[in-house]
Parts: sequence; C-alpha cells; structure tokens
Amino acid sequence: MDFLSEHQPELLPGNRQLPPVQGVVEAPHGTTIVSVTFPGGVVLAGDRRATMGNVIAQRDIEKVFPADEYSAVGIAGTAGLAVEMVKLFQLELEHFEKVEGAQLSLEGKANRLSTMIRSNLGMAMQGLAVVPLFAGYDVDRGKGRIFSYDVTGGRSEEHGYAATGSGSVFARGAMKKLFRDDLTEDQATTLVVQALYDAADDDSATGGPDVARRIYPIVTVITEDGFRRLTEEESSGIARAILERRLAQPDGPRAELL
Amino acid sequence: MSTPFYVSPQQAMADRAEYARKGIARGRSLVVLQYADGIVFVGENPSRALHKFSEIYDRIGFAAAGKYNEYENLRIGGVRYADLRGYTYDRDDVTARGLANVYAQTLGTIFSSAAEKPYEVELVVAEVGETPAGDQIYRLPHDGSIVDEHGSVAVGGNAEQISSYLDQRHQDGMSLAEALKLAVQSLSRDTNGSEREIPAERLEVAVLDRTRPQKRKFKRIVGRQLAALLERDGAETAAEAEAQAPDEKE
Repeated sequence: MDFLSEHQPELLPGNRQLPPVQGVVEAPHGTTIVSVTFPGGVVLAGDRRATMGNVIAQRDIEKVFPADEYSAVGIAGTAGLAVEMVKLFQLELEHFEKVEGAQLSLEGKANRLSTMIRSNLGMAMQGLAVVPLFAGYDVDRGKGRIFSYDVTGGRSEEHGYAATGSGSVFARGAMKKLFRDDLTEDQATTLVVQALYDAADDDSATGGPDVARRIYPIVTVITEDGFRRLTEEESSGIARAILERRLAQPDGPRAELL
Repeated sequence: MSTPFYVSPQQAMADRAEYARKGIARGRSLVVLQYADGIVFVGENPSRALHKFSEIYDRIGFAAAGKYNEYENLRIGGVRYADLRGYTYDRDDVTARGLANVYAQTLGTIFSSAAEKPYEVELVVAEVGETPAGDQIYRLPHDGSIVDEHGSVAVGGNAEQISSYLDQRHQDGMSLAEALKLAVQSLSRDTNGSEREIPAERLEVAVLDRTRPQKRKFKRIVGRQLAALLERDGAETAAEAEAQAPDEKE
C-alpha cells in the first residue's frame, strides 16, 4: 500500500476526490455479517442481500471473503467500496507474506484493516461507509478471534460473537441467547445461520435463505487447517434444517428463562 | 591534465561480462526441473532464512544464483510488479513471460550502463501451466538476455556441467521423487567430477505444484516432508540406480 501510494496513488481507494453532493449517494449496500468463535476456530457468515434504498439491488451478493489462509473478512456497507477494500487488503497480506517470507500476525492484519477503513472516512461522511468484520485463527495463540470496526477505523476485539450491518442488532440478540463457550464447529455454523435468520426476520435489508432460488447464506470456517467455505450443499443443509424447525416454531429456539 | 584511456566498447562489455560471470560462479548452483505435476526448484543452501527460491505470484516462481542483495532486490521488484498487475487487471494477467521481460529490461539496462556495476546474478523465472505443455521456464543471464528453457535448467557456478548432466538424464513425466533425486545427483557433482553428499538440511527445495487446490501453487518442501521424499525415492529407485550404474561409467 505504501508502494502503491507512491507509485500509482490513483489506484488507492482513499485518494479519490468526491464531488460535493447533496444528500446521500445511492449505491448498493451490503447488510448483515455475523461471527462466532468456538474452541479451535471461528465462523464468519453473511447473508446474500444488497439493498439500494428500499430496492433489493442484488439477491446473491457475496460479502464474506478469505483475506488469507487464516483469516476472513465480511463486509457491510457500500458494496463497491467494500469489495475494493477487501481486494486491496488481500493483496497487501499476500504481498507482505511474499516479500517478508512470513505471515503478518493476526493483530497486524487487524490493524492494517483499521488503517484502510480510516482512509475511507471522507466517503463514510457522505454515506458511503464500509464497516467490516474481521475474523481469523491466531496461529500463535491457537484460537479463533474476531475484530469489529467502526466507520472511523476504531478497532475492538470481540469475545465470543459479533455482528455488523443493518441487521446486526437482531443477529446479536439471537447470538447472545444461543452462544455457549463449548460449541462444536457444526453447532457454531448452525448458530450463525440462526442469527442471520433472525436478522432477516426483523430487518428488511437482510435476506433470509431463499429456497426457491437456492440462495443460502455464505458460511466460512477458519481453523488450524486454514480457511474453508462451506459448500452450497452444506449451507443449504443447515438453512433447510432451521427452516424446517421454524415452521413449527417461527421464532426459533427458546432460551431458558432463568 | 590526464587523458582518459580509450577502451573499445567490445572490451568494456567483455570485461563487465567477465566480472559478472565470476561473481555468479562463486555462488552455489541451483537447478529447476519439470516433473509430471509441476516444476521443482532444488539448490544447496546452508541458510534457512535467506532463500534462493520464492513465490512471485499464483503460478510463478523465482530462482536466483549470485549475489544475495542484488537478486533479493530484483525479487521484491518482481513481486511488486506482479501484485500491481494482478490488482490493476486480473490475476490471470500476470504471466512469467511479462515478468521475464521486465527482468530482462532491468538487467540489460544495468549491464550496459557505465555508471553502475553489472549485477552478479542469474535468474530463473518459471510458470506452471494447467498441463506440462503449458509450463514455461525462462533463464535470465546477467546481461539481460532471455533464454526459453525446456525440461531442465541449471544456473550458478557449475551450471554448464550440471545442465549437460541433466539434459542427458531428464525425462518428461518424472515423479517428484525422481526429479528431486536427479537434481540432487546433479548438484552433488563437483567441477572435478568427484561426488559429495549433500545432507537434506542443506537442501532448499520448492515446487510449483499444479495439483494444489489453492490458487497459489508455490510451496516449499522442508523438514520431514523433504526427508520422506528423499528416502522414498532412495528405496524405490535403488534398483533402477543399480541398473543405470553401468551406463554412467561409459
């Protein structure tokens, strides 16, 4: 990124001048991303909807990307800018790894992403914010970790579970009631899809599983073995199982009262 | 006032080439071989941290003999070139041919510019294709020329002898273990024809493996994996080696 800013600054997202505009610029926005840790790794998942105002701009957008072998980033906010940011982030991690011959630490990666979000602050002020969720497996500590961000690039580590995007309030509520410390990988992937279902239930900008079009949430798992995205078959399996149960119990599993 | 001596351009170039060649010859040789599933890089390198081989991009690997600081400089330049290309256009638009051209330009300019000393390096840029026919290997000597190689290539001190040894023995479609064994054999022959043993911990081995599921095909082979490969091949091909021994004496 430093090299790019000297060499071809026009390629960097933060360096573009925006024309002064009145009001909010209309562009597709991605919505809900959720993440949960479990012993041995972390799960990061996202719904598939992009909205532009009250219109559904895209039904099958992909908002969760591998950043490198041991980390992934899920994006909420202006889709175009976010995808570009992820592309640059992936490039930077790979570039560092090749030049230095070693991977950045997970903290280092999280900090780097923080700088990139901050460089987008000008755009964010005009309504084109990008707020990602970063999850990775910390090889040194041997566990999964989640980092969340705000529009100014402020970074905070989340313990257990986290969500970002318009549906995040509902997703977080669902996860709060379902999360436990001793989840297995399968339970963790089910939990994130449950949370996305709840987010879609209450937030119009979040898309639920679309059985007719076979569009299911993207679920990724990062463990010691690296990044893995669940196949369509696997994620549809989870989504269908949840859907089946919700036919009888529309609000999903009930937590204990006391 | 002193008058500078006249040196003919031919002489000047010959001197520079001689200088570069001597510098390269001081370093240890390395070999790059095609095998059935990709391209293998093998070299003798006592250091674990200062690599002779490295990844440039998804399918492209880099190998260098000569002066470390000079080729490291070129390597980082190559990574930058490739990453910038891939980011600006698409990952598929980064090719070994393009990279080799950039290296050739750089080396050629440095070689013929009077203000700089020529680089004492010899590079190999290799790209693994979808099939063995798509593999590309380019050798870039110190003066900025490009040589398109097939099958096997050796660079460094003892390169000529090693490459003639390899040319005679390298076959298409060798397994990784076979190719590795051949490479080690070729490297362990000294200039005077005597053989010496190179222990596994002094070997640096990397592959561009087209069967890897990831986009990035470059992989270093170290530690137990390397020992296993060397051993496996020792057991399997011991009989073959015996059979071939009479030929070698001829």
